[in-house]
Amino acid sequence: MEAFAGQLLSGLSIGSVLILIALGLTFTFGQMGVINMAHGEFIMAGAYTAYVLQNSLGQDISLLVAVPVAFAVAGTFGLILEMVLIRRLYGRPLDTLLVTWGVSLILQQLARDIFGAPNVQVRAPQWLGGSVTLAGAQIAISRMFIMALVVLCVVGIWLFLNRLPQGARMRAVMQNRQLASCSGLKTHGIDRMTFFIGSGLAGIAGVALTLIGSTGPALGTFYIVDAFLVVVVGGLGQVRGAIIAATALGLLNSFVEFSTGASIAKVVVFLAIAAFLQIRPQGMFVMRSRALT
Amino acid sequence: MLLGSACADTGGENGLATAASCDHSGDQGDTIKVGVLQSLSGTMAISEVTVHNSQLLAIEQINEAGGVLGKQIEPIIEDGASDWPTFAEKAEKLLCSDRVATVFGGWTSASRKAMLPVFESKDGLLWYPVQYEGMEQSPNIFYTGATTNQQILPGMEYLKEQGKSEIFLVGSDYVFPRTANEEIKAYAAANDIEIVGEEYIPLGDQNVSTLVNKVVGTEPDAIFNTLNGDTNTAFFKEWKTKGISPDDVPIMSVSVEEEAVRAIGPEFLAGHLAAWNYYQTTDTPENAAFVEAYKAKYGDDTVTSDPMEAGYVSVNLWAMAVEKAGSTDKDSVREAAAGLEFAAPEGPVTVHGKTQHLFKTARIGLIGEDGQITQIDGSDGPIEPDPCLEDYEWAEEFREAQDPYPCA
Repeated sequence: MEAFAGQLLSGLSIGSVLILIALGLTFTFGQMGVINMAHGEFIMAGAYTAYVLQNSLGQDISLLVAVPVAFAVAGTFGLILEMVLIRRLYGRPLDTLLVTWGVSLILQQLARDIFGAPNVQVRAPQWLGGSVTLAGAQIAISRMFIMALVVLCVVGIWLFLNRLPQGARMRAVMQNRQLASCSGLKTHGIDRMTFFIGSGLAGIAGVALTLIGSTGPALGTFYIVDAFLVVVVGGLGQVRGAIIAATALGLLNSFVEFSTGASIAKVVVFLAIAAFLQIRPQGMFVMRSRALT
Repeated sequence: MLLGSACADTGGENGLATAASCDHSGDQGDTIKVGVLQSLSGTMAISEVTVHNSQLLAIEQINEAGGVLGKQIEPIIEDGASDWPTFAEKAEKLLCSDRVATVFGGWTSASRKAMLPVFESKDGLLWYPVQYEGMEQSPNIFYTGATTNQQILPGMEYLKEQGKSEIFLVGSDYVFPRTANEEIKAYAAANDIEIVGEEYIPLGDQNVSTLVNKVVGTEPDAIFNTLNGDTNTAFFKEWKTKGISPDDVPIMSVSVEEEAVRAIGPEFLAGHLAAWNYYQTTDTPENAAFVEAYKAKYGDDTVTSDPMEAGYVSVNLWAMAVEKAGSTDKDSVREAAAGLEFAAPEGPVTVHGKTQHLFKTARIGLIGEDGQITQIDGSDGPIEPDPCLEDYEWAEEFREAQDPYPCA
């Protein structure tokens, strides 16, 4: 029972990290159809933002400040990428893939030149040290902080999409670009906003990852594949799909790893995804629209 | 240029000299070229950059003292990028296009295993500076880090002396931890130690919560840790949240050196154990000079560690062997190196001619709050290297399982 609770918490905690890294991608990949290989590097930019702030503000409050700042920093990276390159490549997914992959290599090297090749550490504030016991299983307070951050991000996104006029416009463009454009919406501006938010969320994921491990130029490369998997399994452009898929994959990984080993668990998760996509190629949820695409 | 002819002869017709030997005497007129090949990027960079630095320091010091054979040493620097095929590719480039006399490099056993066929087919010479799992003995490699009986066994012997009888093995999923743990299991079976669990995690993976849960679940009284790279950071951070005192369950690490302690954060490691042949705190006059020179070159806030020291020793031993042989030719250097003695920062080391390993002193260390490791136990003097554990009866079955037997 204790072991079960422990794995449940561990799975939820893996799942919460997956939600954070995939949430931004549901916008840029899922809704705009842009295969952005540099998404992982936006995660890295967020992590380094936390590192820089720690050095200037001290470790007690820097993490809280880092969340909004990393959102803005990574969002700005995304905005620049959209304005300079991606907007010229809409409708050409293979070109986008290659170009953004090149950008990701450039950003990794940039980080290496600025911060050095060795990984850096973000020290968690005192109040995030230690752990609490839930149903006989221990969970680190830092992991609970990540889960809280996920809830905050998801609620924030939901409110934005469903309660704000900007969110309504974003949904309109997602569902039917031509009709939205005919109705007088400036789709270019909305694309830029979508990209800013999607990339900014990657920045927040980066801040969360600093609590788990170390920060290096290649940080994003460890998570980019997982992020795409979650979006594909959840269904393109589906926030709730991404949340359910991430949680399911986290739990599956955690329980399979407990009964076998870490390497086998990865294989099993990949096989499960492949099998699932045979049955539901479009993922868990499908966006319904009357667009003629 | 007499030297260019060999390469042209062997691979001349179509330029595809992949399997053939190529010229690499390294002698390019006024300078002698050597390769320095470590990961300057990727998950292993945290460790390997420091060895890269100490190798360059040794080259600089030798050059200041007049070089070798009256010539300056010219280091050719390459990045293995924490990617094993890249190591093989760069090794071939160093040997065949830069024509270096020798290469100093490698950290993970996976990178060494990737480079081994290149050095054997091109008949080059590699100086490998890191402790490893043993069961290897190539005439094309000098192993200047510890082999099994100089690090892993002393580590296990220490745990046994402390009355630890239920040990959990955690490691990265590649050749070093897997082979090391096979040896540990053979040792444990002969010494009434129970291995209560054995877990591997892919290199670079930071997702350790399940692993830690499993370890906690089996309630071991010690952990033997062969994790490499960034996974250590995630592992020690997660372990700390479980609130288990290192006095009750110490973690014995064989790949966590001073630089890693600093990167992970001493607060996560204080009280845990390490097994190496050298610490920054090792008390010899040579070490005082080494630490001072390193800090002068790379900054006061740097630390020195065992693989860095072994990298430094490698360059010095090679230079001594070249001077003694009067040539950079690989076979002359090998012959000259056998039996060479060097007053290393870790104390005296001697080259074991038969295995091309070093006689080294084993040291068990305690990691402190200040990030330094202090010796708490160790061997009385340098231990003769025994990469295939030929002197150990309990290893017989394990030895016989090796096919082909590496130390024939």
